[in-house]
Formats: sequence, C-alpha cells, structure tokens
Amino acid sequence: MREFSQLASNYRSTETAQNYLERHGIPVIWDLDTRALVRHLRTVGALRGVVCTDGTPAAKLIKEARALPTMAGLELASRVSCDQSYEWARGSVELAAAAGAAAGTSGGLTRAYRADQPSLFTAVSAGATHSASSGQAGRSPDADARRFSVVAYDFGIKQNILRVLVDHHCDVRVVPAKTSAEDVLALKPDGVFLSNGPGDPEPATFAIESIRKLLGRVPMFGICLGHQLCGLALGGRTYKLKFGHHGSNHPVKNLLTEKVEITAQNHGFVVDPESLPSSDVEITHVNLNDHTNEGMRHRTLPLFSVQYHPEASPGPHDSRYLFQEFLDLMMTQEGRP
Amino acid sequence: MPKRTDIHKILIIGSGPIVIGQACEFDYSGTQACKALRAEGYEVVLVNSNPATIMTDPDLAPRTYIEPLRAEYVEQIIKQERPDAVLPTVGGQTGLNLAVELAEAGILEKYGVKLIGASLQSIKIAEDRLLFKDACRRIGLDVPNSAVVNNAKDAILLADELGYPIVIRPSFTLGGTGGSIAYNREEFTDAIARALDASPVHEALIEESVLGWKEFELEVMRDHRDNFVVICSIENFDPMGIHTGDSITVAPAQTLTDKEYQIMRDAAAAVIREVGVETGGSNIQFAVHPETGRMIVIEMNPRVSRSSALASKATGFPIAKIAAKLAVGFTLDEIPNDITQKTPSCFEPSIDYVVAKIPKWQFEKFPGSDSTLGTQMKSVGEVMAIGRTFKEAMQKGIRALEPHTPWRPPAEVTPALLREKLTTPRPDRIHWLFVALESGLSPAEVCSLTKMDPWFIQQIEEIVAVGKRAAGVTLETAPRELFWEAKRTGFSDEQLARIWQTTPAAIRNARAKHKIAPVFKRVDTCAAEFESYTPYLYSTYEEEDEADVDARPKIVILGSGPNRIGQGIEFDYCCCHASFALKEDGYETVMVNCNPETVSTDYDTSDRLYFEPLTLEDVLAVVEREKPRGVIVQFGGQTPLNLAIELKRNGVPILGTTPESIDLAEDRRRFGRLLVEMGIPQPRNGTALVPEEAVRLAGEIGLPVLVRPSYVLGGRAMVIAYDAETVRNYVAQAALMGSARPVLIDQFLEDATEVDVDALCDGETVVIGGIMEHIEEAGIHSGDSSCVLPAVSLKPEVLKVIREYTQRLAKALNVVGLMNVQYAIQHDTVYVLEVNPRASRTVPYVSKATGVPLAKVAARLMAGKKLSEMDLPLAQANGVAEIPIREYFAVKSPVFPFNKFRGVDTILGPEMRSTGEVMGVAASFGEAFAKAQLAAGIRLPRSGTAFISVNERDKRTIAPLAKELESLGFTLIATRGTAAALRAAGVAVEPVFKVNEGRPNIVDLVKTGKVDLIINTPLGRESFFDEKAIRSAAIRYNIPCITTLSAAHAAAQGIRALQRHGVSVTALQDLHAGKPITSGASASD
Repeated sequence: MREFSQLASNYRSTETAQNYLERHGIPVIWDLDTRALVRHLRTVGALRGVVCTDGTPAAKLIKEARALPTMAGLELASRVSCDQSYEWARGSVELAAAAGAAAGTSGGLTRAYRADQPSLFTAVSAGATHSASSGQAGRSPDADARRFSVVAYDFGIKQNILRVLVDHHCDVRVVPAKTSAEDVLALKPDGVFLSNGPGDPEPATFAIESIRKLLGRVPMFGICLGHQLCGLALGGRTYKLKFGHHGSNHPVKNLLTEKVEITAQNHGFVVDPESLPSSDVEITHVNLNDHTNEGMRHRTLPLFSVQYHPEASPGPHDSRYLFQEFLDLMMTQEGRP
Repeated sequence: MPKRTDIHKILIIGSGPIVIGQACEFDYSGTQACKALRAEGYEVVLVNSNPATIMTDPDLAPRTYIEPLRAEYVEQIIKQERPDAVLPTVGGQTGLNLAVELAEAGILEKYGVKLIGASLQSIKIAEDRLLFKDACRRIGLDVPNSAVVNNAKDAILLADELGYPIVIRPSFTLGGTGGSIAYNREEFTDAIARALDASPVHEALIEESVLGWKEFELEVMRDHRDNFVVICSIENFDPMGIHTGDSITVAPAQTLTDKEYQIMRDAAAAVIREVGVETGGSNIQFAVHPETGRMIVIEMNPRVSRSSALASKATGFPIAKIAAKLAVGFTLDEIPNDITQKTPSCFEPSIDYVVAKIPKWQFEKFPGSDSTLGTQMKSVGEVMAIGRTFKEAMQKGIRALEPHTPWRPPAEVTPALLREKLTTPRPDRIHWLFVALESGLSPAEVCSLTKMDPWFIQQIEEIVAVGKRAAGVTLETAPRELFWEAKRTGFSDEQLARIWQTTPAAIRNARAKHKIAPVFKRVDTCAAEFESYTPYLYSTYEEEDEADVDARPKIVILGSGPNRIGQGIEFDYCCCHASFALKEDGYETVMVNCNPETVSTDYDTSDRLYFEPLTLEDVLAVVEREKPRGVIVQFGGQTPLNLAIELKRNGVPILGTTPESIDLAEDRRRFGRLLVEMGIPQPRNGTALVPEEAVRLAGEIGLPVLVRPSYVLGGRAMVIAYDAETVRNYVAQAALMGSARPVLIDQFLEDATEVDVDALCDGETVVIGGIMEHIEEAGIHSGDSSCVLPAVSLKPEVLKVIREYTQRLAKALNVVGLMNVQYAIQHDTVYVLEVNPRASRTVPYVSKATGVPLAKVAARLMAGKKLSEMDLPLAQANGVAEIPIREYFAVKSPVFPFNKFRGVDTILGPEMRSTGEVMGVAASFGEAFAKAQLAAGIRLPRSGTAFISVNERDKRTIAPLAKELESLGFTLIATRGTAAALRAAGVAVEPVFKVNEGRPNIVDLVKTGKVDLIINTPLGRESFFDEKAIRSAAIRYNIPCITTLSAAHAAAQGIRALQRHGVSVTALQDLHAGKPITSGASASD
C-alpha cells in the first residue's frame, strides 16, 4: 500500500493493523508507488513474485520468482482446505449501528441479521413497496423459521460465507475438499455449498467429480472457485484472465432481473460461457466491465453459482439475495428424490 | 431502456446569481446537463438570471433566457417555448424551489410540462425535514430526536424537553440560512425567532444536538431500473456542528471500517428508494457517534449539489451529466464511462489518492460579523487538492487558498488562547491545529478540544513531525531522503524556504540538484485498473509519471482559484472561453485550476486538466512538463496576474499583454506619470507608507479621499475618508498588518458618474466591447454597482472622450487581449480611475448583452491573430471601432450576502461585498432595471407606501424623485427632516418617527408590513444606529431598500415600466439576431 496507518481510530478497535498482521505473520509492503505497480500489472498481466527484505540481489530473486510454478495448472484448494469436517454456528457480527441500516437494505438483504429481532424485519416489510422489484422482500420473519442443513465444501472457504449461511437459518457442516459425494449425501443435507478458494479449478478433478455425482441429487450453490468447478462439472471449460478481477466495485448484471449489482471479486480464472451446453445451462450474470461470465444456473436441476462474492466482507451487500435464493431452492426441492 | 421519445424539448432551470451556499457548481452542473441532453438530440431551453455563467452562452442551448428566476417569468418562457419537460435538479435549491412553485401553481399542468429527474412528491419528502424523518423511521433508520415548530412558545417548551445544546434549522432555506445552535434557553429564544423569520413557510425544526459526532456524506445515483451506486464517500474533517459547506472535507471517507461503510451504503440506498428519487443523483448526510458507532441520517438533497460537484471532480465521474441522461430514461449500464471508454457508468469509482476540500472565507469584508463557524454556511468559495496521501492533499489545499501572506500566529500564544482557538471553530482553526501540535500539545488533547477524529489529528501530527525534523538541518545539510520525505508529505518550496530560512528559488535549485521533482498521476475513476483516455492530472512525489505529453502546440490557461468576492465565476467564464476558442483554432489547451465548483475544472472543458494550486511552484511544474507555446494569465483575475512576472523570470512565455505592461498599469506611481504624459485627467493621487506622510498627502489632495492598498481585486479594505483621522488610522493599521506595500490615496470625486469600458486590442487596433454606465455614483465599488449597457445619460461629447482615451490607453500599454478602464465623469470631465489590462468582471455580461464573446476573441488575439482577421459586427463611433448594442437595454445588478452576516451594515461603499450578479434585458431602461432587481431578489412594488429618508446633500435634489413616486401612485412617508424638505417642495408626505423618537417608529412600520419601498441615503461618513436598524429590518423583511438617489431614480423608472408592461421575456438568440423585443404582456394577460 502507499501508506500504512500506524494509528487505529475506531470504537471497535482493539489493536493496530500492524499488530494484527504481525500476530498472523503476514508481511506488509508499503510506501511504494502502488499506482505504478497496478499499471504494470495491467500491461503485462498477473506475475509471480518474491517478497524479500534481506538484500538478496534482484537478479537472484527474479530467478527464484521465475522458478515458481504458474497459477495455471496449480491445484491449491485441497492444500488450504480443513483436515476434518466441523460444524459452524456463528452468525454475522452485528454493530450497534447495524440494526437500523441492515433493515433498510432492500435490494440485497432480505432478512434481518438477527432472527431474534423481528421488529426490524417488519420495518422492511412495511417499506417493501420500493424493494418489491427484487421479488424478495416482504417475507415475514419467523422466530421458529424452518432450518436448513447445509454441507459446505471447504476449498479455502471465507468465514463470512459461513456466517451469512448461519444468518439465513442454516445449520452448517464444513467438510474437507476431497470429501466424496457419497459421504456428503450420507449426511442428508438440504443443500450443498461449494466454496471459493485459490488456484486453477481444472486440476481439482476430485471436486469436479463430486459435483457431477451430487448434481440433481441435492440443491447446490457455488461461489467463485465453486462456480468454476460447477462450470467444469457441467462440461464447460475455464481459462485464466490477464490480471483477473480484484476489488469491491465490479458491476455485474443479473440477466434475469436486468438489475446491476456492485460486487466484490477476487479471481484469476473464469468460466467460458460459450463452452457450456446451453441446453442445460443458463447464463444468469455477466460482468459489465469485460463481459465475462459471472453466474449461471442449471435449467432443470437445482444448481446455481456465481463467480463473485455475494457474502462480500469487505464489499457491498447488493448480492446477498443469492443466499435467500439458495434457501428457496432448498425449499422447492424438499421432498424430491 | 433507451431514452424517452415522448419528450423533445426540455427546459433547464439554472440557479441564478452566485450567493453563499449556491455558487458556480450549478453552472458546472447546468452546463453538463445541457450538453448531455443536446447530445441525445433533445432541444434545450435554458433559463438563468446569471450572465456570468457558461450555461447561458448562446451557443450552449438553442434557446437561452437570461430572465428572473420567478414563476411569472418562467411561465412566460413556458408559454412561448412550450417545452415537454422541465429538469429542475441541476439548478440548486433555487431550481428545485421554482419547479415546486410552478407545479403547485398548476402552471406545469396547464402547459402539459412534465417534471423529470425528480417528482414533486420526492422533492417534498426530501426537503421537508419532518416528512424526511418519518421516511427514515419507516425504513428503520435512526434520526435525531426532534420537533417541528411554527411558533416560539411551543418551541421553547419542546426545546426544554429535548435538552441543550439544541440545533435550530428553518425549513426551506438555502445553505442553512437562519440556522444555529443554542446552548441555553436564552440563546434559543433569540435563535428560534430568527429561524422562523428566515423560513418562507415560517417553520423550523429543532433537534437533538449531534455536535461533535463524525460527519459523512454519500453521493449516490439511482436509475429508473433501481440500479444504485455510490459515487463518492466524503468525510468531514470538522465534526458535526459546522455546515458541511464550511467544513474541511476529505474524500474518500478515511475513518470508517468497511463494515460501517457498507451499513451506511445500505442506508443510503434505502433512503433514496424510500424518498422516491427515481433517477438522478442525491446527497445523503450521516452522523456517527465516535464512541458508540450509532449512525443517524441527517438529511438528503434530492438533486445535484455542491457536494456532488466536489464528488464529480474528486472521482472523475460526471454526476450532473449522468443525472441528466438518467432523467430522460437511460439506465446507468447504458451510459459509457468517458474516462475508460470501455466500461459502463454503472460502477463505483475507486480512488487511489486523497482529496481535500477547504472552504475560503472572507469575514474581513464584513466588519462586525461573527467569524465563528456553525450550521449556517458563510464561506464564499472553496479549493480542492489532490494528493496520494491525506497529508499531501491537505498541505496542497492549504497553499491553494492563496492567503495574501502566510498565516502566522500572534507573537504570544497563551495556553488559554490556544484552547479557545481549538474549541471554537473559525476559519483559521486548521492553522491552530499545527500551532498546538508544534507547541507540544498532545494529539489526544487536541482531539478532545476539537472533537476531530484522532486519525486526522495524527496525520497533522505526522506533518508537524516532518517539519520538526527538517528544522533540525539546513538546506545544505539536508539529506536527500529527508528532502524527498518533506516533498512527499506535501511541503511546498515556500514552506521549506521558511523552515530553512532561504528563498523558494534556492529550494527549487536544490531540488533540481537532488533530482526531486513531482510526477503527474491521473484521476481515472478506476485506480488504474483500466486505461484512461482523459488527461485529468495532479502532481505528487512518486516514481512514475502518467502525463503522457504529446507534441501538439499547447497553450496553458491559468484559472482563478477559489471563488471570492471580487474574483468569481466571471473569471472562470473567461478561462473556459479561452480554452474553447484556442481548441477551435487547433491548439491543445491545458487548464490549471484548483476550484472544484467550476466549469474550467471539468475534464472535458480543456484538452488537458491539471487540478493544482495556482502557486509559482505548482504552475512551473506543469509548464515544465507540458512545454507550452505560451501561458495565458489574463483571464483568471488577480491570481495568475500575481504570478506573471515570476513566471516570465523563469523563462515561461506569457501570451498577450506583457507582464511589464500589466505591472505598469498596476503601479500607481508609474501609471500616474503615464497619464500625465498622455494628458489624460486622473483624480489627484499619491502613495504613502507611513501615517504622517498619508495625512500630509491627503491634505494636499483635498478631502474626501479614497484610501486603499495597492495590488488588490474587489476593492479589499478600501475606505473613503472624510477626515485626516480616518486616513491616519487606516495607514497605521495597514502597517500593523505587515503590509510592506504602500497605501494609495486618491482624490474622491463626489457625485461623479462612473463608467466601465471593456475593450479589445491586438497591439495595433482597438475595438470597444461595451461602455457601461454605473447606476450608483462613483465611490461605490464597480462590482457592487448596477450598470447599464448602453449608457443612458452620457452626453455624446463625453462618450467621444471615453472612446478616444480608451483607444490611446490600449495602445500606450501595448495591450494584446482585453483591457478594462474605469472612468469617473464629474462636471463633464472624464477622469481615468483605473486601467486593468486583463479580462474584467464585466466581460461575460458585455458578451451576453452584445452577442460577441469577448474572451474568445481576446484569446485568439493573444495567440497571434489580428482583429482584422475576425469577422466582428462593428460600428465606427468617433473614429473608434465599437461592438454595437441593438435596440434594448441590459442592466447588471449585484447580489449581496448580507442575510448571512447579521449585524453588518448593508450600506454600499468602495469595498466590494457582492457575491454575484444578474442581468435584466428589456426594451426600456426602466423595465431592464426592474427585471435585474427582481432577479437579484428585490421585487420593486407597483404601488404602496414609500419611505424616504435622505442626507442633507440629497435633500436638495430629492423633490423630483418624490414627485415621480407620487405620480406613480405611492403614498409617501418620511423622517422629519426629509418630510420638511419635501413639503417645502410641494410634495404631500406624512412624517414618521425615527427609531429613537417614539413609537410606532419606522422600523415598527417595516416590521408590520406597512412599507413597500425604502429610499435611505447614508448621512455621510457616520452610520447611525437608526439607519442601520432600518436597513437590517429591510433585509429581514425583504423590502427593497435603495441607498443612492441615482438608483432610486432608476427604480422609479422600473416601477413605471412594471405598471405599464408586466412580464416580458426574450431569448438571447433573438436579441442577438436583432429581432424586435416585444414589450411584456400586460399583467392581466
């Protein structure tokens, strides 16, 4: 970054960013011309690199960097996944100020973060005239709302996805990347979630295999790497972008509603929509900056996925409705074989 | 969805004259909207009373009306033009209020005009604080506890309940007029009365104080498909309690976590939906409690605002342009982003730099006014600065304010003084922050005194720390790293020169030796993610330069910096015109300016835009990078002129009139000698440095005298002295202020008529652009005087002399470009008061009145063209070429900010105090004057009671005026002395009490609505309590109050015209084409 603040100033702050990063052993590079760096990457594309502080000559470092494997062909999901399955029960952190504002979200969030505060959600219903276009608002909260059991594949899962699933009345079990479809089905989930994660989706054949087996047997929702894996499982192909999509301001158009969502993104690979069998797959979302694929759904079977991060944290909440759609999908599939 | 095809012709309402709280940002937004709609094939009709705007250029819209922004005039325009729709959201509060008035009066319906960009309903919810609060509560958002009141009694009861301090905000006023904070019941009682008065609906909101909370604004847009984006987040450096227009603000928000920010974003989306702003931009303000995080919604503007202009400049996202397109049916994803060309406008800009906005105040213009900052906006302009860090942006912003001398604390700073300066917000508080931290106060103490966020104070502390480290070395011993760090922290060469006790030039040379030079980065809406096609640049100290300069011939135009009284939008107009003309002639134009409100800082006005402070250092950096053929300094007012000599000394080619000629004209002594040589009369004058010398000189010249400092614009600190004591005090004070420059003393020509002439010269030939006769007599600053084109009362032989002098002066000064001459005519003798070989304040007015764009012509002259090459419509008069004015009169009238400065006397004098101007055009002088007055907010009565109170001198000549008013059907009342004089002249008049004579007195009559017109000339040098009370009551109750006899005569003619004609409107295009003006339809039509 250009400048790294040495001071934390927020009523919730407990330590400085520097302390936090030190605790987690994460290096920080700052006081450089970040804009020059971005322009460089924009021109030459994503690069391999080495961070070094000990004065090793540049030539040697360049050699080291060159020796690193390229991201293409690299399977990383299984490396960062959990070893053991576990249950996740924690919902979103709620700020004091969040209460009112969260209730005001109409296009995105459809239920209050906290189910124990039904009054907030009632407020949304009352003001639902403007949010009706999303087709989501107005659902009344329900203290004893139906709960859903969800198995989440961990390909490098972001915690906020788990939190948001919990917010949406899901009982979540996280399983390792290489868990077989059979083992997942044995848990009798209402739905399966396919997470984000690092690396090239193509070599993650174990995951592609599992998705193929699960397809049609249980509702599935994929995000990011999970989306790419779905694409591959459905017979499509993926390819690497020059410098990927990173940041929290990518406009994505929902082709079903024609509405634009501002989304958080962090990916280098994308699904080639041309490669998907159009008889089975419907493209649902497209990136307005470069027109790459951002989402799809199966025309007949209960599966949909998006390339971006609807759980965004950091990032805008415009796409939170997708979690509700996952619930809807699980709801409609109930009782089906 | 494509654009609407059910509408073809759209009326755009402008914002009228520049006033505090509504400045040239609305010229910027109106101009953008106009261009955008025309580009989509719509016919645009434009109305604005302000001739100094780009939006009223006759080639910007096919139909342009410079007419009063009053329902009856706009109705006449609608009747004449029959637009299908009206766009009210780009003309500020004025445009919005007028649209509401037209809609409510049924005028829009009557002529089948649709309101686009905002619905009546949504305007009402957003503007009515109570409805707005209800709307927020409906969607579960928190708002301050409050109550709406319409009488003082209830208000006091409720205030006691809500607790003190308490905020008072009158409904439907501009820039928070009449708003305040009361700390106790006594203060509240006074404040609520004022607020109720200020509100046009006699209503005010009183609410829980959120003083000291963090303040944020989101600039958002929404389209009719409910797509919503945040264009920019803005954080106020000054916490809640200071009007955002008077706060230093920063973009993007610096102290919010993503979680807090996203909650705010969700809230903004919910608000705009609930209020029902279906398309366009809105500004939504929030307050956040620093310790609990409680977030409340403060207010929203359902339209383009000052903040959205700032946001547009801060991000490169043209909010007004996009808002106009959304209003005609486009959706955000259908509109391309101009900067990247490849991506749509439906996105949220990312910012890889920091923007600081700092307001510019001019309390020195209003002696007696309270410079404490509060909920009512008092600044007259602002600067914006861009840096890669907050520290750099802030430092650049502070120097962009162009103080006459660098700010210095008083010799002795006691802890008590320091505390007071930090606790009470005033314009100089930013400087006191530095003083406090330099003198060792801890950041924590500073935070607790100022309630500013610790992060901001830490940043200032870091600047102070770099300064301290620099102070530990000298220029010679400073290591390159420290030098680099100081520059990277935003220190100017001038600041470093002060620290290292050397000259800025020495710092500059040392930088060259160390190879420390700024690079230029682009504002591109996307943090470099995509290539940008618009060279919108700012300087910073980094590795890579993105200026990407090509080899085309370039001309650099220096802008005028922050708006201030005397140097406002008129100069921005000229700079834009220079750019337009030179672009047409094939040059690449490069604009340098730091004012975010202007058209000149729009990225598509010039080929290249440098958003930079107008200091020698910053301008030289641009020139070095661009290597232009020349630099234009004539158009930006005094700001670039002050740089001319130094630029030339540094080898920069200055186009047009040479800096030496400019300097000669500015140097009173040398210029005086020139006039003597030329045999041209001037008021007797001289210069003095010390009081004794001044008094002696004043004696020689003969009292009264005009005393003023050299080198100023807008008559800053000018006085008319009727005695030696005033002269002595003035000079003593000037010396005290640290001014090393001499004081100028001129003979004051009493009862003289003042004339302004704008002329063009190519070095050989002279063309007179316009001879304007002032309506107020000499002695009143030309910027504060109404004037008329063509002159109405000058004798042919006087005009002949004026023409001859103008021609000789232009040649003598080797003027290439524009020249302005001020003359005073006393007993048929023409005196030269002043010559300014540069664009003047009146250039846009003359251009609009005559249809010849003087600034464009002048720019071409500066680039080397000759007048003979240009096809100008000229007439010869007395052997001099002149741009003729056709069969109509154009009156320019000033607009004053007195309602913002309570307790300040409104009497006009040599110190300019108006913030803006309007123009009225009509077939007769009287009607043009009445229109100009109305446009300026003064509605001349057609009948009623006129109150007259004049000084001894005027008593001799008051009778004809009184008789005129009598014949117009007015009942006359007067103070005893004036009444006696009138009766002696055979005028029927009723005497009334002065304030101290008994009751009901004249002020009581004004307050009870029994007076319709006030004519009150001041009693010489002393301003008595009585007069001041009358004038301030007049302002408060909005009753026309005329302070000079010449203006009173004009008013009488205006009233006569109003009685005869009623409302008439004419498009500029018709005026310039010479179509006959139809006198207005009669009032009953």
